[in-house]
Amino acid sequence: MRAPLADLPVVLANATVVAGAVTILDGVSLSLDAGTPTVLIGPNGAGKTTLLRAAMGLTPLTHGEITWGGRADAPPTRRAILFQRPVMLRRSAAANIDYALGMTNMPRAERIDELLALVGLEGLGRRPARRLSGGEQQRLALARALARDPAILFLDESTASLDPAATKAIEDIIRAVAARGVKVVMSTHDLGQARRLGGDIVLLHRGRLIEHGPAMDFFDNPRSDEARKFIAGELLV
Amino acid sequence: MTGETSALQLVLTGDPGLYAIVGLSLVVSLSAVLCAALIGVPFGALLALTRFPGRAGVIVVLNALMGLPPVVAGLAIYLLLSRSGPLGSWGLLFTPQAMIIAQTVLVAPIIAALTRQTVEDLWSEYRDELAALDVGPIGRVATLVWDARFSLVTALLAGFGRAAAEVGAIIIVGGNIDGFTRTMTTAIALETSKGDLPLAIGLGLVLITIIIVINALAWGARRAGERYAG
Repeated sequence: MRAPLADLPVVLANATVVAGAVTILDGVSLSLDAGTPTVLIGPNGAGKTTLLRAAMGLTPLTHGEITWGGRADAPPTRRAILFQRPVMLRRSAAANIDYALGMTNMPRAERIDELLALVGLEGLGRRPARRLSGGEQQRLALARALARDPAILFLDESTASLDPAATKAIEDIIRAVAARGVKVVMSTHDLGQARRLGGDIVLLHRGRLIEHGPAMDFFDNPRSDEARKFIAGELLV
Repeated sequence: MTGETSALQLVLTGDPGLYAIVGLSLVVSLSAVLCAALIGVPFGALLALTRFPGRAGVIVVLNALMGLPPVVAGLAIYLLLSRSGPLGSWGLLFTPQAMIIAQTVLVAPIIAALTRQTVEDLWSEYRDELAALDVGPIGRVATLVWDARFSLVTALLAGFGRAAAEVGAIIIVGGNIDGFTRTMTTAIALETSKGDLPLAIGLGLVLITIIIVINALAWGARRAGERYAG
């Protein structure tokens, strides 16, 4: 069924993004391969969003290189991103998904219903997307991101402004998606969420990769001072 | 007071000459808005999404053209269409078509400039999402114009207001010929100068009423559309 995972692995080599006098991402080397979700953690301004955007191919690097499945020029057909504040097109919920399907040859109506059901929005397809609640919009955006059957899905603080019930709904979908073989790379502020979902954890601080390892090791035996402090809930400044 | 009473009578009794004038006014102005929209919306949207040297100059000129004096536009079209002009062989001078062309020239900059502003604002919101979906340049323009459609109604209304209200351009290229190129605004100008104030006032009332009705219809359509599509 699934086409070869052409976009995997995503390999960042010495990825650096400089904006003006500020180095947002500082020489990050990281390989994102098929498997359990990778969770990016770190304080505000650590570079989580920029790392996700760069890995999606949206933010060009100042130095370093990114390859998708070994290619540096892979178009983003098999990767998708869910922004922290996704933009709902001024159309119905179903039309938002249809829009993402627009560039593919998949059969429409069935696929739209399947995706709406996957995110628990059955029957809401005809509602204007902008009239949905915050949690519903986030789930619709997730369905839209999944419409083109991505090999890798980036999520940027996707539950940051949601209540626990809406957060659980999103986490359940992420788990289901990951179980179906989609590589999930997500950033979060929520250490509990990182424990619940993370297969491996990446700790970023001031644009640098501090520590990267399996979630169990990371939480039980953090190697760096920064990781120990961050896990203990101390302020990392 | 007597003038206003007889103007009202004229409208209520349904003078056929009056209705011919009203009909032609609507045909000319609405056709001009349609032509101007077909030119102005794509042009404004493209201008919103492209970056090139001299773009700022183009935007300033476009915005300035919103205030293009109708008599100047009329004169330019007159020179183009006159017997000895470059398009004289078309034989369009003093026809309703010439009036549509002249009003299109007046309205297109308004629609283009307002479209540019609307689409550019929407683009800043949609940019990341469309980039992530790998949408090409033509798809971007189509998406933004479609999603801005309710705001663009306002641009069309502004254009219609300009077309319906102006007299300078169409009196030059149309000639105000009775029963052929006479519109509400040109008739008002003529009747006022002739001293036939009742007819002028009657036409003025009709013109204002039509503009209010069309704006009300557009407003209603926009509200209904927004409720349906969000």
